[in-house]
Amino acid sequence: MSMATQVKAVSDRPVKTPPEIPGCTKKLGPPIIEIEKVVKRFGDFVAVNGVSLDVFEGEFLCLLGGSGCGKTTLLRMMAGFEQPSEGRVLIDGKDMTDVAPYDRPVNMMFQSYALFPHMSVERNIEFGLRQDGMPKAERESRVAEMLAMVQLERFAKRKPNQLSGGQRQRVALARALAKHPRVLLLDEPLSALDKKLRERTQLDLVNIQEKTGITFVVVTHDQEEAMTMADRVAIMDEGWIEQIDAPQSMYEYPNTRFVAEFFGSVNMFEGTLVEDEPDHVIIEAPELETPIYVGHGVSGREGGTVWAALRPEKVTLITEKPDRDSNWSSGVVKDIVYLGSTSTYIVELASGKQVRATLANHDRDMEGRVTWDDKVFVTWTDNAPVVVSS
Amino acid sequence: MEAGTGASAGGGAAPVRTHWRTRLSVYLNTNGRRLVLGVPYLWLLLFFLLPFAIVLKISFAEFAIGVPPYSDLLELTQDGYFRLTLALSNYAYLFDDPQYVIAYTNSLRIAAVSTAFALLVGFPMAYGIAKAPKGPRTILLFLVVLPFWTSFLIRVYAWIGILKSNGLLNNLLISLGIIDDPLVILGSDWGVYIGIVYSYLPFMVLPLYATLEKLDPSLLEAAHDLGCRPWKAFLTITLPLALPGIVAGSMLVFIPAVGEFVIPELLGGADTFMIGRVLWNEFFLNRDWPVASAVAMAMLILLVAPIMIFQHIQAKQADGEGAGR
Repeated sequence: MSMATQVKAVSDRPVKTPPEIPGCTKKLGPPIIEIEKVVKRFGDFVAVNGVSLDVFEGEFLCLLGGSGCGKTTLLRMMAGFEQPSEGRVLIDGKDMTDVAPYDRPVNMMFQSYALFPHMSVERNIEFGLRQDGMPKAERESRVAEMLAMVQLERFAKRKPNQLSGGQRQRVALARALAKHPRVLLLDEPLSALDKKLRERTQLDLVNIQEKTGITFVVVTHDQEEAMTMADRVAIMDEGWIEQIDAPQSMYEYPNTRFVAEFFGSVNMFEGTLVEDEPDHVIIEAPELETPIYVGHGVSGREGGTVWAALRPEKVTLITEKPDRDSNWSSGVVKDIVYLGSTSTYIVELASGKQVRATLANHDRDMEGRVTWDDKVFVTWTDNAPVVVSS
Repeated sequence: MEAGTGASAGGGAAPVRTHWRTRLSVYLNTNGRRLVLGVPYLWLLLFFLLPFAIVLKISFAEFAIGVPPYSDLLELTQDGYFRLTLALSNYAYLFDDPQYVIAYTNSLRIAAVSTAFALLVGFPMAYGIAKAPKGPRTILLFLVVLPFWTSFLIRVYAWIGILKSNGLLNNLLISLGIIDDPLVILGSDWGVYIGIVYSYLPFMVLPLYATLEKLDPSLLEAAHDLGCRPWKAFLTITLPLALPGIVAGSMLVFIPAVGEFVIPELLGGADTFMIGRVLWNEFFLNRDWPVASAVAMAMLILLVAPIMIFQHIQAKQADGEGAGR
């Protein structure tokens, strides 16, 4: 490629600036991976259906979705194990279409870890460095550095099958990080660990990412995991990215019904937009006794069908009838799920709709609180519901 | 426990009040495992160890005219003693006559070269089958085993028609203009190599397939991901992990090839003098059973070495997979 075309190529493309992420103190650089209108078909099956996505330098991005949503295929296209049927993947501004996995500046951590069973821990970590022809002394110090990072110094001479699941996971991480890749791709890195270890490792991953400054792209199906670790989350469904946002924005302002329901638990009410004003809207929901009053404007047209999403922790339970004509409904407590820090009350409305309300367990005894079969009113504030039109 | 031993000792006639069916089930529960393991051991005892002992015995006897054509090891002397005569002359004879040493080295060389060729042909085959999609894979595996449905003798015989100087292969090569004069394959070592590779290829392919099929494809992906080019990934990942299959397949070809009789007899020449022919000559032409037995025993000892290597590698493999050092 000549200099002139390179300059032209750069000036042709719009300059992309990293998004503002609420609560994120990291300084993100320019896009490091650019996915442009990528489609991937396996026979008749469309695994990835026209995805465009920018991964910015230094960020921790989670691809979140259920099984078969295309998240792993997308990751494998970044690594070079799959070729897009349409569209292209750029890394550092360079088209990766004809670049084999072994020539890409990214490394991957596999779901199965894919540790070489016939090599010791240190040989596994050293493997990528050997391929680059790194001198022995440098290699040894890098391996030592990696072993220290994942606290496996004592296990350097062991074979993978002589390690526990958690230790193997750390070897896989160290091996993938040893070459200091531009981007680390992680395919369900924590799915094989038990819950306690998984929670601890989530924080370890975040720390390592911050310390090394390497861009992380993590595929996961676990919404809590994505929320804990990621700067940004991309929710995928049927080969599409439904929404890409910081976890907090994703949770509080979902764009679609799918996102609201996938990202955390939610009460969803279908209704008709009966009053559409710039400062408020009113939704008539047949499942509720009173209409939903939302204290801000929404996109949608009057008379159209919309959905109001209401998070369980934004629903309150009271025993006296509210003295207003919106945002409440009466019902009977059907079930109480005690979760330690909180309890979730399941209230059945007259329409048969079940509403979940999560209340913090401030007091040790449950004296005076509503209990099974109590008649209660569910209510919420004007700003609690999120209205989505699809 | 009590009931189990009672039943095993007394059988059906034991004076126990419980019903025989109850006792049988108790017996099977406590000893079933040993019973299942016992069957192959019994098989080995009857069809390997016993014939082995007989051959060993004959190898220490002396040639005699009569039926059977060898002397007894144990003799009852006139003063009522048993006399044991072990003749080592048969073994000494193997070193005396150079034809035996030549036959052994020939056998080992031809078996080794054939095994190497079988590995070279079998590895790509096994690799291709292991990487093939599920449907074709079954068919390919079936095709590998299919030749077994025809008599071994007929298949080797058919090669004569292919390899002889005016056979299929030479005619084809001459008509294509690749050669002018027919190649002498039949009656040379090359005929034997071709015959052994052809006949024993399934024994090479199947164990190789079994190990390659188990190979996790993500290991190769990981190697590529870490900057390893395909050919190097094959050498550093695939080959070491396929080693148990390579060893097993090579043993399965090498060991029977050493003692092969039919293939060198039909496809080899007069100078392809292998141990199988020597055995045949000693047994059926010279009718010298003791020397023939000594030849067989010496071959067994020759083969024990590779088997031991095989066992050693297997044990090492198992050690690596176990808890560890």
